[in-house]
Amino acid sequence: MSAALSVRALSKRFGELQALRDVSFDVDAGELVAVIGPNGAGKTTLLSIIAGLQAPTAGTVSRGADEVGWVPQQPALYTKLSVAENLALFAHLEKVGDPRAAVERMLEQTDLRDRASERVGRLSGGNRQRVNVALGLIGDPPVLALDEPSAALDPAQRERLWAFIGGLARAERAVLFSTHNVAEAQRYAGRVIVLANGRMLFDGPPLVLLREVGEDEHGDLERALVRFLAQRAVTAQAGER
Amino acid sequence: MRWLLGKDLLILRRSRLLVALLIVYPVAIALLIGFAISRSPSRPRVAIVDETAPGATVQVGSERVNVGQYARQLFSQVQPVRVGTRAQAVAKVKSAEVLAAVVIPADIAARVTSATSQAELEVIYNGDALEQAIVQSQINAAIAQANLGFSEQIQRAAARAIDLLLRGGNLGVLGAPANLVGLDEIPSLLHRVISHQRPGPDRVSLERVAAFAGFAAANLSVSKNVLATVGQPIRVRSTLLRGRRTPLNTFAVVVAVSVSLMFVCVLLAAGGLALEREEHALGRLVRGLVSRETLLAEKALLAAACSFVVAFAMLAGVGAFVTLDWSRVGLWLLALALGAVAFGALGVAIGALAREVRAASLLAFLLSLPLAFLALVPAGAVARGLYDAINAVSFVFPFKATLQALDAAVNRASPSLGLSLLHLAVLAIVFGGLARVGLRRAE
Repeated sequence: MSAALSVRALSKRFGELQALRDVSFDVDAGELVAVIGPNGAGKTTLLSIIAGLQAPTAGTVSRGADEVGWVPQQPALYTKLSVAENLALFAHLEKVGDPRAAVERMLEQTDLRDRASERVGRLSGGNRQRVNVALGLIGDPPVLALDEPSAALDPAQRERLWAFIGGLARAERAVLFSTHNVAEAQRYAGRVIVLANGRMLFDGPPLVLLREVGEDEHGDLERALVRFLAQRAVTAQAGER
Repeated sequence: MRWLLGKDLLILRRSRLLVALLIVYPVAIALLIGFAISRSPSRPRVAIVDETAPGATVQVGSERVNVGQYARQLFSQVQPVRVGTRAQAVAKVKSAEVLAAVVIPADIAARVTSATSQAELEVIYNGDALEQAIVQSQINAAIAQANLGFSEQIQRAAARAIDLLLRGGNLGVLGAPANLVGLDEIPSLLHRVISHQRPGPDRVSLERVAAFAGFAAANLSVSKNVLATVGQPIRVRSTLLRGRRTPLNTFAVVVAVSVSLMFVCVLLAAGGLALEREEHALGRLVRGLVSRETLLAEKALLAAACSFVVAFAMLAGVGAFVTLDWSRVGLWLLALALGAVAFGALGVAIGALAREVRAASLLAFLLSLPLAFLALVPAGAVARGLYDAINAVSFVFPFKATLQALDAAVNRASPSLGLSLLHLAVLAIVFGGLARVGLRRAE
């Protein structure tokens, strides 16, 4: 079975800064993959290239921008328009075959039917983020890329959002998200990709990352990540010497 | 583009306060500018103390000119407030009830009649330096007009006196003999007498007197023209080198409409584009849903269309009060449309630089206001080098070109409409290109 998304030898340079270096991985349909790493690791750059917002300096992404649903960190919504109007606008812009049916489907999936005619500016942060995700899904893309989807949400809102995103993966969609919240990655992702200084240092299930640093399945992934990054830094220094 | 336009119109419809401000504010500014330009300075309110005796006259030869004429001349140049004493006049100036006070002294008639000492008026001012400058110039102009009028009265009296000397008759002066012979008649009378004289010293003397009388009569008739020349030595004849004379009120309409067009269009285009970034929707749109060029064109055209409607409604509305040549309405529309497109391009260039609507609006406002004022600075009002710099700045922004296009369309003023439209088209392309570069850098 071919991967839903294949990233090959992806590199991105901003002037002197090498933001991504030779990153390659696949994501299968139904997979929920977390991209984690310290600040400035290249997480957002990686996702924005996959979403078609930026062109890579080198490398390829198997899907075009129209095949990847994009959910930016800040809800990209028109606050003066209602939930349904936002969905309808992007359904038309995405040239969806039946925009009305697409709006109905997304209202159903996001459980926002009761709020359909409410202006987005009056919604809670959690509901705005649901609409934000719904806009990413309006064109029914096989791959969904989310940049820090749970940032600025309270715990209850986060819980509901992850239940929704988990449902998307179970419905055979390939979901790739970046997060600072490593606990969320441990809890919800089937696989994690660790980036640091633009390099991909790890790609595998959270349990494997835990074992890399001698922790068991009950270990704390955040602590494990810190130790993992420290070990890799020592190894890199030794290599340079 | 259709869906984006629909979305923006819906957002505009729901932003009633913004729309009201966008329309009311520029229209108010435009009307104020138009009002200030078109309205001639109102006559200053001046307290006048007339200390002259009732019926006091200035004697010019055998003629008399009533000093009251002078006061009447002065009253016609100002809004007069008659007061009885100098102290009352000073009190009115201090209380700002009047801008100034003029005291016509009791001895004005005697001084003008004496022709040895110049008559003097006292003018009393108050206020700060700016007020003083304005009031002084207004009062000086009023007094100069009154002086001119009074001197014409005196000239006419002098001319009548000269006519009487030339033609003869009754001088009307107490003690003067009735039916006096005129200077004009003396040479012919003397020649008749001389013809009966035998040659000799008496005849020679009479011939000399007749020659003098003829010379004096000829020169005295010329002196009336000399008096008129001295009274108003230089007359002004105006020649306009370019274009046609534009009435000030229709030019004011053109200025007011251009200002409205600029404010509505630039603010709307800049704000519309900045809103896409403020709502974080720009990234979502330009990742394949809409091209950057389409997005910029949509914002610029929407702003241009809205401002076009506002500006044309304003022009048509003002046309009810000011005479406009409606047969040229097609040209007005052309000038408004090109001006709106150029302003739209400027607006999206500003919007591409700003991250949020407030910053874009502020930037648009800060740029638009000086542009309007710079374009209205007349040649000669500032130093040559500064005027050249102002002209250069005005040339690279669309306000002056729009003003010229609309002035040409409405008032047939120069430069030609075609040249101004070409200028606007070039500016629209340049600012559109800058907006494209700015948008790319902003992402």
